[in-house]
Amino acid sequence: MSDENARGIVFDIKRYSIHDGPGIRTTFFLKGCPLSCWWCHNPEGISPFPIVIHHPRRCIGCGRCVTACPSGAWEWSDGRPVQNREKCTLTAACARACPSSAIEIAGKEMSVEEVLREARKDIPFFDESGGGVTFSGGEPFLQAEFLIANLKRLYREDIHIAVDTSGFCKEEDLLEAAGYTDLFLFDIKVIDPKKHEYYTGVSNLTILSNLRKLDEFLYTGQKGKINLRFPLIPGINDDHENITATADLAASMKSISGVNVLPYHSTGEGKYKNLEKKYKMRKVLPPDDEKVNETMKMFSERNIETIKGG
Amino acid sequence: MNERIAKLRKESFETAPSISIERALLTTDFYRENDGKYSAPVMRALNFYNLCEKKTIYIGEDELIVGERGPLPKAVSTFPELNCHSAEDLKILNSRPMTRYSVREEDIELYSEKVIPYWKGRTLRDKIFSNLPKDWIDLYEAGCFTEFMEQRAPGHTALDGTIYRTGLLDMKKKIAEARKKLDWLNDPFATEKSEELQAMNIACDASILFARRHADLAEKMAKSEKNTSRKEELLKIADVCRHVPAHAPRDFHEAIQTYWFTHLGTITELNGWDAMSPGHFDIHLAPFYEKGIREGTLDREKAKEIISCFWVKVNNTPAPPKVGVTAAESGTYNDFTQINLGGITEDGADGVSEVSYIMLDVLDELQLLQPQASVHISTKTPERFLKYACRVMRRGSGYPSAFNADAVFMEQLGMGKRVEDARTGGTSGCIETGSFGKEAYILHGYLNVPKILELTLNNGIDPLTGEKIGTATGDPTHFKDFEEFYRAFEKQLAHVVDIKIRTDNYIQRMFARCAPAPYLSVLIHDCIENGKDYYDGGPRYNTDYIQCCGIGTVTDSLSVLKKHIYEEGILSMDGLLNALHDNWKEHEDLRQIVWNKTPFFGNDDDYADEIMQRVYSSLIDTIDGRNSPKGPTYHVNMLSTTCHIYFGKKLGATPNGRFAHTPESDGTSPSHGADRHGPTAVVKSLSKMNQIQSGGTLLNQRFLPSVLKDDSGLTKMSKLVRTYFNLGGHHIQFNVVDTETLRKAQKCPDEYRGLLVRVAGYSDYFVDLDEHHQEEIIARTAQETF
Repeated sequence: MSDENARGIVFDIKRYSIHDGPGIRTTFFLKGCPLSCWWCHNPEGISPFPIVIHHPRRCIGCGRCVTACPSGAWEWSDGRPVQNREKCTLTAACARACPSSAIEIAGKEMSVEEVLREARKDIPFFDESGGGVTFSGGEPFLQAEFLIANLKRLYREDIHIAVDTSGFCKEEDLLEAAGYTDLFLFDIKVIDPKKHEYYTGVSNLTILSNLRKLDEFLYTGQKGKINLRFPLIPGINDDHENITATADLAASMKSISGVNVLPYHSTGEGKYKNLEKKYKMRKVLPPDDEKVNETMKMFSERNIETIKGG
Repeated sequence: MNERIAKLRKESFETAPSISIERALLTTDFYRENDGKYSAPVMRALNFYNLCEKKTIYIGEDELIVGERGPLPKAVSTFPELNCHSAEDLKILNSRPMTRYSVREEDIELYSEKVIPYWKGRTLRDKIFSNLPKDWIDLYEAGCFTEFMEQRAPGHTALDGTIYRTGLLDMKKKIAEARKKLDWLNDPFATEKSEELQAMNIACDASILFARRHADLAEKMAKSEKNTSRKEELLKIADVCRHVPAHAPRDFHEAIQTYWFTHLGTITELNGWDAMSPGHFDIHLAPFYEKGIREGTLDREKAKEIISCFWVKVNNTPAPPKVGVTAAESGTYNDFTQINLGGITEDGADGVSEVSYIMLDVLDELQLLQPQASVHISTKTPERFLKYACRVMRRGSGYPSAFNADAVFMEQLGMGKRVEDARTGGTSGCIETGSFGKEAYILHGYLNVPKILELTLNNGIDPLTGEKIGTATGDPTHFKDFEEFYRAFEKQLAHVVDIKIRTDNYIQRMFARCAPAPYLSVLIHDCIENGKDYYDGGPRYNTDYIQCCGIGTVTDSLSVLKKHIYEEGILSMDGLLNALHDNWKEHEDLRQIVWNKTPFFGNDDDYADEIMQRVYSSLIDTIDGRNSPKGPTYHVNMLSTTCHIYFGKKLGATPNGRFAHTPESDGTSPSHGADRHGPTAVVKSLSKMNQIQSGGTLLNQRFLPSVLKDDSGLTKMSKLVRTYFNLGGHHIQFNVVDTETLRKAQKCPDEYRGLLVRVAGYSDYFVDLDEHHQEEIIARTAQETF
């Protein structure tokens, strides 16, 4: 299933992306995610629809948004425009009218051709550095048709492709994508299914099953690798039992190219504020170096190439 | 670094720059007695000889490479024959908080008594300024352009490998042969040539004498030296100084001392811009290094020690102090000696050798202001070398900067140079391309292109003063479309450039006539054969650069006009002019619109990048190939050094949302904060400029350390450089520091005295920069990536 005319919602495009796979890359962030991880760095990517983001610090208080909005979603409050999200009908009129980019829309509809055009801009960098294109999210498989159409198109251009996924998707989509993907960046968050559901909103049974199937598929086809990404989050998944289980899982895989241990950091917090969302991780501090090294050792002891960070 | 180097480095780092009036006194006495007796070149050569004969000779404790410009390290000479400091100037130099030069009270008195009265009305600057047209002065005072030669001599020279193969005694033979060949019957310039050659001959003797005086002093010091190993060193120094530069050097140590004497000679003769540079120093030294290793007389550590001694020597020669407008252009002790590392050899092979790596080590260890080093990357350069260099860059001093050796080569082919002369060329000063040892490539001053746009927006009137200084290009509210506006801009540009070139031609003739440089002429190919001075078209190649500033500011401003006024009509010309006049006060929403809703240069957006290409083409069309007294030698250079700050001060608010008196965009970098899509987008935008048509471009990129923390970050940095060069980029440099560090340095300058940052085509100590420059470094878009 894929169609060159497919269109999808992309909420960010990052060029000179150097932590999402090998070399210098361009990363497309596809909108929408079925998970709702407490520590999510891209909360603006969770909803599958475009959303309005407000940066109050950029606001110059001109009120053009109030005048422009056809649904009356912007109102004056204490001399500053504020948005009533309930009333928003996503016309984007406010963002167009805002002179200071204090209002932005996260999420833009793009065609496969438009993605290709954007990706092509940095081909000289991909070629020189062994980089390419990464699809991330959100969860890119939530827009599976659009994702796979893009993979096929870029595959024809001989561009190196990585897909960053939670693994929470249909098996058939994942395996179809595997035919065109050079590297999967596969997140393993928590091994215990109950805990997983508590912190991410979904059980990991599908995820673990998909990982096995993908591993076997890539091994049989002798094409494509999996890079496991393990976000190390104090108090959530940094217990010995979970790390051991994750490392054992990694060691049992046949198509693994390595593990990235990603120490938790709180840089996403500001985004929650701009989205008027609650950040549940306020009290969590980044893990100390000792903990990170100890965790990395658990993987490297099992002969898995282990890298700190993205 | 070993004990000797640590000591010499510390002394050099801690010694404060001072002014020595010795050169001024000797020169004044000599002119008072002899002016009018000789032809200009012979007079200059005899003055140089007199200086070499009488100046105080200094050999410091533990030094291996010897010789100073002044009587002591960091003592800077003045050049009253070109531009005589007043007593007031000297007092300012002694007391100003930034780039201070200490001057002794009694020296100011002596200067006032002996030097200043004699030169009144006699300096070259006095002669030049007495004869400048009003339209030039108006534009100059409004900050439309600067003039490089009003305080310092045209310089900007780097050497090729000749001095390592040919001693000055051989040069004297060449000079004698050239004199013999003079065609007295048919050549109307035979007398002039004969005088010039005679002057060159005297200059060679002067340089040899200067070296021998060091030999004498070293021997004398050896006699009373108790420490036997130092005694041996002093005797070796004496031996070296007796041999070079009269003869070609025999070993590594002599090769470096040869260069240093040559360097000192040129910066004693005159105060040419950018001092002097050894060019491809690693390529020139490599044969001596290999010979020493082969014969067992040299090892890597010893070579590194001698190079370090040389490094300290260059750091000991701060730039001659300036006052007035050129102090704003370049407020720094850096005299811009640049060493090119890597690159390609004369026969097109890779130029990287072990000496290149040693020099990178020295650069990294010493962390001194001077000399600056650059790496020259060709398709043949090994990856190891580029990564080695990136590792040094990552420390954040801005050194080394990276150049595209293949682009530098092609730029020169485009100017009509021979293949082998283009290969042995490189960059000196900041980023300027030239054929080393064979070319006079002279900078004439910066051109404030955004100011020209401002004049166009005001029909030739400077809105800051209300005076008409440009030509009338039409009332901007009457232009019916962007094309009409752009034609007016081009007309204004042509008007300003015409005035600049006319005066530049006059000034360069004044130097050729009144202040020839016979010693420099010995060192640059074909001056001897042509019997003509370096300033008089003697070299094999001659180039006159005009450095065009603010392409980012101009592009973005034109993009605003095109899009919002002429295409979408959401702004009126009247409304915009009004906002500019009010410096955006009460027009913040308008300013936000242009700042946020206009395609700007640096984002890989063809809308803006095509405007940049058009402006760049206009600059090329207006300047390239214009006639100087030496032929069609004018070319475009895209350097701003720190002049974009001075030019910004002289500029009102601009249509791109920039406030009045704030800096313009630097070099060929995008406007600060206008690039919003990361470094690959910046590189792509820059690569749309046909850079090989110019004599150099300059791209600043600031990276935070977190981006480059591990080996993979380093590789991605090197790949960014490679890709930019694959796409035809000329130069890129990095400031790898974080904003927090810089803010701390502003608050506690004492704790950050050693923090070197990349300013323009050079690095400087961050705490020595004034507040504007500091803010500017902070404002350069940080390419932070998580």
